[in-house]
Amino acid sequence: MHGFANPKRFLALASWLTPLLLVSGLLLTSVALFWGVTSVPPDQLMGETVRILFIHVPAAWLGMGGWTAIALSSLVFLVWRHPLASLAARAAAVPGAAFTAMCLITGSIWGRPTWGTWWVWDGRLTSMLVLLFLYFGYIALSQAVARDGGSSRIPAIFGLVGAINIPIINRSVVWWNSLHQPPSITMGKSAIDPEFLVPLGVAVLGFSLLFGGVVLARMRALLAEIQTEARLRRKAGGAS
Amino acid sequence: MTNGLKAKHQRLILVVIALVALIGAGLLAAWALRNQANYFYLPGQMIAEPPEVGQAVRLGGMVQQDSIRNMPDGVTVSFIVTDKDSAVVPVRFTGILPDLFVEGSGVVAEGRLAADGTFVADNLLAKHDENYVPRELQEMDQHKADETLVAQGPAT
Repeated sequence: MHGFANPKRFLALASWLTPLLLVSGLLLTSVALFWGVTSVPPDQLMGETVRILFIHVPAAWLGMGGWTAIALSSLVFLVWRHPLASLAARAAAVPGAAFTAMCLITGSIWGRPTWGTWWVWDGRLTSMLVLLFLYFGYIALSQAVARDGGSSRIPAIFGLVGAINIPIINRSVVWWNSLHQPPSITMGKSAIDPEFLVPLGVAVLGFSLLFGGVVLARMRALLAEIQTEARLRRKAGGAS
Repeated sequence: MTNGLKAKHQRLILVVIALVALIGAGLLAAWALRNQANYFYLPGQMIAEPPEVGQAVRLGGMVQQDSIRNMPDGVTVSFIVTDKDSAVVPVRFTGILPDLFVEGSGVVAEGRLAADGTFVADNLLAKHDENYVPRELQEMDQHKADETLVAQGPAT
């Protein structure tokens, strides 16, 4: 692990891993969505709207996975002071927020025909909306620190503290009566028919690979930005 | 540095203590919210601790089999909401029913308790359960379908 904390070695790895993840992710996602839209049978109660499942569920998991990545990277940064960990957390924020927003939007579109409402303030929906706001706060904070200078420890602490929302989202449908149904997939058991579950698994894998590719690409961009700034500063220092 | 501890170990211990405190605080908050954060009353809860007559609340549960009755005015329906402890609350609703509103399925009714113990709903929301079953399996009754799924469903 310490080996990959070296930016040179990281860049060598990321330069071939990034396109690999992006291309395979795009491929798997297209296959899963095409499969889900064209050849999966309608659900007994929800009918055709069940196809939203193949975007809604991966988006929800990756929205939560994104913050988990931020929290873990923040922990590594706070304890071991690896600058790459802080960069990884920054890079995961925007795709995480995008997937959270996608989850909320598809959920709302799904809720209208299924439940009869676009939005309710139940435990699951509200805690997911809180996650989106946490992402906005984290993005604003980490960008302000990167631009105006300041300790990268501040966004890292925010990332760790915000992680308390993740188990709350996960348990919200179990702890409280909610309009959102309880989990369909739990340890070792699924209430989703294999006809839906298999394409869902492919979609989750595809979206996850895409997520990883986007994070790596963003990390490379952030590293390049830092290098450019350092070079400019050196030049300016040499001229004066 | 003190006691021969390396700085990173000190930081690790500090972060772990902070995390434990944070998780503890979060769990306490969630525990305190366990009743307030409920989106609806279950029939059993509504009977045990009835809300004030006329207070806006939500009631959630299963629509009892063979309980949906159409009133003579054509737009009002009455039905019974039950839970797994078979507590029952009669409900009256005037308006358009959502597509997923069927007997034996979940429902959340927004409205108020009337003096006679009937729940008068202004709005009905259909609740979906955790089962996703294709139409081909529809002929089986729900219980059998569940068993099939559990038997076939790969571990995830």
